[in-house]
Amino acid sequence: MSATGIGAAVRRKEDFRFITGKGQYTDDISRPGQTYIHFVRSPHAHAKIKSIDGTETKTMPGVVAVLTGADLANDKIGNLICGWAITSKDGSPMKMSAHPAIANGKANHVGDAVAVVIAETLGQAKDAGEKVKVDYEVLPAVADPAKAQAAGAPQIHDVAPNNTIYQWHLGDQKAVEAAFKSANHVTKLDIINNRLVPNAIEPRAAIADYDAGNDALTLWNTSQNPHVARLVIAAFVGMAPEHKLRVIAPDVGGGFGSKIFIYPEEVVCLWAARKVGRPVKWVSDRSEAFVTDAHGRDHVTHAEMAFDHEGKITALRAKTIANLGAYMSTFSSSVPTYLYATLLSGQYSIPQIYCEVDAVYTNTVPVDAYRGAGRPEATFVVERLVEVGAREMGVDPADLRRRNFIKSFPHQTPVIMAYDAGDYNASLKKAMELADMKGFGKRKRDSARNGKLRGIGYSTYIEACGIAPSQAVGSLGAGVGLWESAEVRVNPTGSVEVLTGSHSHGQGHETTFAQLVSERLGIPIETISIVHGDTDKVQFGMGTYGSRSGAVGMTAIVKALDKVEAKAKKVAAFMLEAAEGDIEFKDGKFTVAGTDKAAAWGDVALNAYIAHKFTGAELEPGLKEGAFYDPTNFTFPAGCHICEVEIDPETGNTDVVAWTAVDDFGVVINPMIVEGQVHGGIAQGVGQALYEGTVYDKEGQLVTGSYMDYAMPRADYLPSFKVDTTETKCPSNPLGIKGCGEAGAIAAPAAVINAITDALGTEEIAMPASPATVWAALQKVQPRQAAE
Amino acid sequence: MPKVSMTVNGNAVTADADARTLLVQYLREGLRLTGTHVGCDTSQCGACVVHVDGKAVKACTMFAWEAEGKTVLTIEGLAQNGKLHPMQEAFRENHGLQCGFCTPGMIMTAVDMVNRKGHDLDDPTIRHELEGNICRCTGYHNIVKSIAAGAKAMA
Ligand code: FES
Ligand code: FES
Repeated sequence: MSATGIGAAVRRKEDFRFITGKGQYTDDISRPGQTYIHFVRSPHAHAKIKSIDGTETKTMPGVVAVLTGADLANDKIGNLICGWAITSKDGSPMKMSAHPAIANGKANHVGDAVAVVIAETLGQAKDAGEKVKVDYEVLPAVADPAKAQAAGAPQIHDVAPNNTIYQWHLGDQKAVEAAFKSANHVTKLDIINNRLVPNAIEPRAAIADYDAGNDALTLWNTSQNPHVARLVIAAFVGMAPEHKLRVIAPDVGGGFGSKIFIYPEEVVCLWAARKVGRPVKWVSDRSEAFVTDAHGRDHVTHAEMAFDHEGKITALRAKTIANLGAYMSTFSSSVPTYLYATLLSGQYSIPQIYCEVDAVYTNTVPVDAYRGAGRPEATFVVERLVEVGAREMGVDPADLRRRNFIKSFPHQTPVIMAYDAGDYNASLKKAMELADMKGFGKRKRDSARNGKLRGIGYSTYIEACGIAPSQAVGSLGAGVGLWESAEVRVNPTGSVEVLTGSHSHGQGHETTFAQLVSERLGIPIETISIVHGDTDKVQFGMGTYGSRSGAVGMTAIVKALDKVEAKAKKVAAFMLEAAEGDIEFKDGKFTVAGTDKAAAWGDVALNAYIAHKFTGAELEPGLKEGAFYDPTNFTFPAGCHICEVEIDPETGNTDVVAWTAVDDFGVVINPMIVEGQVHGGIAQGVGQALYEGTVYDKEGQLVTGSYMDYAMPRADYLPSFKVDTTETKCPSNPLGIKGCGEAGAIAAPAAVINAITDALGTEEIAMPASPATVWAALQKVQPRQAAE
Repeated sequence: MPKVSMTVNGNAVTADADARTLLVQYLREGLRLTGTHVGCDTSQCGACVVHVDGKAVKACTMFAWEAEGKTVLTIEGLAQNGKLHPMQEAFRENHGLQCGFCTPGMIMTAVDMVNRKGHDLDDPTIRHELEGNICRCTGYHNIVKSIAAGAKAMA
């Protein structure tokens, strides 16, 4: 292993600009003559817009324009779309409502935009926004997904009777029923997977600029996938032809899924910039982010697991209601279906699985993918059922897991996925050692002596990452292919630029991708730059989500490097006057087999461009190759997380006192970065389990709409983490990578709740397990103790 | 518009600021020092932390005019003569950042922490002192490591 190659903990190339305050986030960009846009938003969850009067607004200082949904419709700007078609079990298509970028006629959630004001300064735009008179007729609203389908519930969209978007299912219902009939033991759980607000610390932002001379638009945008944004805004919204729209996602301050989607604000900025003939800038306030960024999770589930007399799982069934909010966001339909039910087998050999999912509209912010997207929900269902099942049957939870682990690969589950490689026992064993399971009894006694309750919980999770092959996702309804692209440009001096369709917003691609190139070409990492996030520079690419940039994005680079090497060998053959087949390439040097003739990388690069050693008929000049890579399977990272908690029964406060994570991510490119990804994922998962709860009241008002009301983990809420790995190579890509970005968020919630319920001796704990929730649960199990 | 003057990163500066211009806006928009970030509107995330007269301050919580005549240090002024500050080095060395958005505020808070608490900082102290800074990416593990290392290196 070289110091900068695959497997080395190379310090990040991108860090210098961030630690010196020289990052270029969207809000750091200003365009000459720019105006500022302020969105006037509905304060009501559900209301008819009877009229909008901007007369007074237009007279306010600095106002450039006041625009409404009617203007948008007049200009024939199309609706936003959801790009994954789900078919209901009765064969009917999902019921996608119109989603205009500015509401026209009816507002469907608090925060739905109803008008915009564009002014010279942000302060002027906000002041003038206050003067827009909107006459609302407030309608009854529904925010709770469990109530959305009830008779008499407020109807949100005409296209979707009973607010039902689809009623989907997966698996063999009859076989599952039969398995349950003959079960020795059945474990049942009602689960609410709490709604979360992603909260990347950089708020979303957009600047749109119209170049009248070329009739072209440019959008700087906080996006995880600028090409997909351009495609949707061009082809579906109809803003401009694709080649007349440039989307640039510069430095992006975290995404976690929430910056995948195409949002109303960027569409409106583009439209407004062309209309007013000046650049238009929008930066979300945090309060605005709470009511406009797509939220995550929000499932209501009843799940059951059947066991035989040996504790083998024979079947699982689940019925889930998934809240998709007021409109269908870009990929929302896929999250509670193909990213959820397909993972209900967990790490276990389960012969039969059946899952039904009803997706519903409510008067809340749209819900879409958030770190893990469907897989945390599935893991929570499976890992809670297994843990509770073990407790009910009096079996050690680790032992029950071991009995049911899949041990031979490939393994076809009853829910589509074909797991390709893994060693689940290895990660469980290593995690148990690192967590010192043997010493837990003593630690529990010590806690008890101090009046504290101690518990420990496992989560042996699996995820499906990469979100590809394209043909497979296409057959399941995806509107796009999910491959990735790369171009490797070798400059005449031998330095290299890699243009990738992936996008980095914290993941460190500028380093890890360069490590791959450095190892492969044997050139210093300083001579390599990674270019991403600009549709004018980079060929079409799919962007970053689903822990796919390593497994899919880097493999595309490998394919392009293969072609570069093949071409460079041809150039070297002419230079060294040898047969192409005799050229060998190693450590940045071309040699002729069996001779001492050699050419350095830089010389070959230069010769490719000066083209003095070969004719145009023999070889094309230049050294630049591209590749598109479509995987043959999803990847299946898996592992074991163990959480240890200590609870103060007086206050109900839960302290996470220890965390152990052992993950199998396949081949690791940079262990330092991988560990960081795991840390961050765990923090978000612990956040879901203990702190983060999105609360809507009955009227559909978001009660938790700021950092004062929505708790996220802070430094002193978390321990340091013990993180380690095991490795089985991923067989479906040449690098053997599985992906690591979402693991922590997927594994953590079940581990925390399993630990808390272990400590408390009751399974009735809702997330987030706040002190009040835990304390109340304790009163039920120990009423006498509490009364003392 | 009225003008406000102060010393920022060692330079005497003057820029427009009306009565409601926040210090963070003054720095970002008036002086184009965009390293100081805005992550919230309730004074909770710490992305905007700068030093005013040597003390850590959330620049979103102070009007520009309140800093008239004062000395302000931002992330851009931390490195001296082309040499990174030890705390900056420590964040890079210990992978204390991912997306980098919280990082300027974290580093400015960390330097202030060392100024007040000394060079030997244990984990609980660092974690407690970070109560005003939110990071959504790192899970804090490596930020805590970075600050402990940076504190030592500043000695
Ligand atoms: S922007 Fe100042 S604390 Fe969040
Ligand atoms: S590094 Fe992204 S918020 Fe801290």
